[in-house]
Amino acid sequence: MPTCLVDNMTPHVGRAAVSALEAAGCQIDVPEGQTCCGQPAMNVGMVDEARRMAKRTIEVFSGSDDTVVVPSGSCAEMITHHYPRLFAGTADEEAANQLAGRTRELTRFLVTDLDAPLRAKSDGAVAYQHSCHGLRGLGLAECADRLLEGAVRVEYDGTECCGFGGLFSVAMPEVSAAIMDARLDRLEESGADVLAGGDVSCLMHLEGGLRRRGSAIEVRHIAELLTPDEDG
Amino acid sequence: MSQPVTFVDRAGRLLGTPEAAAVDRATRHMTAARDAAIEELSWSGDLRDRVRRIRLHSLANLDRLIARFADRLEEAGGSVHFAADAAEANEIVAGILDRAGARRVVKGKSMLSEEIGLNEHLEAAGLEVTETDLGEYIAQLAGDTPSHIIAPVLHMTRQDVGRVFAERLGVPYTDEPAELNAIARAALRDVFLDADAGITGVNFAVADSGSVVVVTNEGNGRFSSTAPRVHIALMGLERIVPDWPSASLVLESLARSATGQRLSVYTNVITGPRRADDPDGPEEVHVVIVDNGRTAVLSGDTAEILACIRCGACLNVCPVFRTVGGHGYGSVYSGPVGAVLTPSLEGLGPWSDLPYASTLCGACEEVCPVGIRIPSMLLELRRMAAEQGHLPEWIEGGVRTYARAASSPGRFRRARRLARLVSGPFSKDGWIRRLPGRGSGWTRHRDLRRPSRVSFAEWWRSRGA
Repeated sequence: MPTCLVDNMTPHVGRAAVSALEAAGCQIDVPEGQTCCGQPAMNVGMVDEARRMAKRTIEVFSGSDDTVVVPSGSCAEMITHHYPRLFAGTADEEAANQLAGRTRELTRFLVTDLDAPLRAKSDGAVAYQHSCHGLRGLGLAECADRLLEGAVRVEYDGTECCGFGGLFSVAMPEVSAAIMDARLDRLEESGADVLAGGDVSCLMHLEGGLRRRGSAIEVRHIAELLTPDEDG
Repeated sequence: MSQPVTFVDRAGRLLGTPEAAAVDRATRHMTAARDAAIEELSWSGDLRDRVRRIRLHSLANLDRLIARFADRLEEAGGSVHFAADAAEANEIVAGILDRAGARRVVKGKSMLSEEIGLNEHLEAAGLEVTETDLGEYIAQLAGDTPSHIIAPVLHMTRQDVGRVFAERLGVPYTDEPAELNAIARAALRDVFLDADAGITGVNFAVADSGSVVVVTNEGNGRFSSTAPRVHIALMGLERIVPDWPSASLVLESLARSATGQRLSVYTNVITGPRRADDPDGPEEVHVVIVDNGRTAVLSGDTAEILACIRCGACLNVCPVFRTVGGHGYGSVYSGPVGAVLTPSLEGLGPWSDLPYASTLCGACEEVCPVGIRIPSMLLELRRMAAEQGHLPEWIEGGVRTYARAASSPGRFRRARRLARLVSGPFSKDGWIRRLPGRGSGWTRHRDLRRPSRVSFAEWWRSRGA
């Protein structure tokens, strides 16, 4: 499952994830008809809209029992934590639980499920920004650390929120940007050449801020570091 | 009608100010202290589980525990009063003071007294009220409001405090903390000795013994509750624990989470008024148990927030609180706990934006000594806000439009192509520099990636798997 952002905004991240999974020996299918898991509506509190999008996602993946791998901590958390609650007591409860049970965030799948012989490689020093939902919701810290074992890491506290927050970034843009700016100050002080992360949403926010500063720090989804770049 | 002042308005005035910088510094300092005090405890996870069970058990048995507490306190010679709302609480306190002929009142720290507006009420009745917690005292002198549950003037620098003291107390300016302390101490000493009554908050009430526990680091709570003839303790009705083994765990948890101490400097246990063989203590002890919306919260979806022990740790780790400060929230209770508690107690009507003043990063839940699921409750409040029609039209309409597009892959694809097309004139190298309308909130501070020409799904299909 590429997620709506990767599908429409950063397809190169999806391609990198495909390469990583194939290198790990996986057979991949991308079911037709995917749009969005519903997280944006959930985040706003519009539960009916979220449920509609969730239902559609459940249906799209109902054709098999394969593991659903998601290159995003927050979308994976939406499915594993929120779907069961959204459909509790409804006819779709079982299907929601079933999908939640076989959904994995990409780094979790590669490290914990597959113990895949993959490492993130980078020519420059890497700072890693966790996504809060991946970090606190799914406990992914050790997965990223494992994959980054061979890379040069700078001292940067990637557990602090970057200030994106979904709707928050447009509903309270000045506060969101102030949080981001403090993070980017720390990032620039850290001497990092590359900012890596596991969620394109946080990364897009931070990359947008870095570009506005004219910073030379490159932003990469961790999947891109796991595979040779496939620009095109 | 004028537009209501929102979190965004208040935050806009605070961002980038010395006040916000002071908050960031102080909260990071407090978080480091808290982390060290929790990490040194090998059984901190166990402590958290036990404190959570104690607090949830207490909430589930409030009626019984409060009744037992009231019986025990009355046996010890104290009086118990129940107030349904703020007005009733204020009248009860004013009545006690009036009957005791009290005119000068000293106060220990009490967020509940802020919640019910007690000072204003008593001052309007002609009473002289002096805050004696150093932070509250500074706030009172400055005509400011507390911005943090346990560190009321966390938003001020010592230079700020020096200026307030010089201006209001007529002392020479100094920003040396020790000298500032000495000035406050000297000024407050006489106030304490002249006071007819003392009012304090309550950290916990212990049902089994009829005791109230008041924790401070300055000794002002002890002074306020022992020197004057009358002691009035104000407590929210949820502030109860069953017994002393429970209380000791909660106290340990509170001190470590709040200030990084193993135990607060002064832990005052007050069980009724002075007894015949006591060397000191008040002649009267009154405990005012205040509902003010709490019973209604107990039966709702955010009941768990009443398990809070008011340590303030969630404020200190919150990226929004750190960046804006407590005054951004506009409510007595600020930060993540305030964003849940305030709309729960007072309704979403005036406070529907507070649940949105969060990135939902979850640092609050992670640090909470009671494991309160604050992000889940913020989402729950967002759901209620949306249902009750509190969402701004552009957000509600935007999400509706997005959801409609997402209901069919064809529509979603067309939406991407349209977005790509219209963003063309604003874009350079695949990034959008400036957006009109609400999108400008994003592009004022950051570039936005332009939708890609070929989607991942299209690439996958073309790969001919």
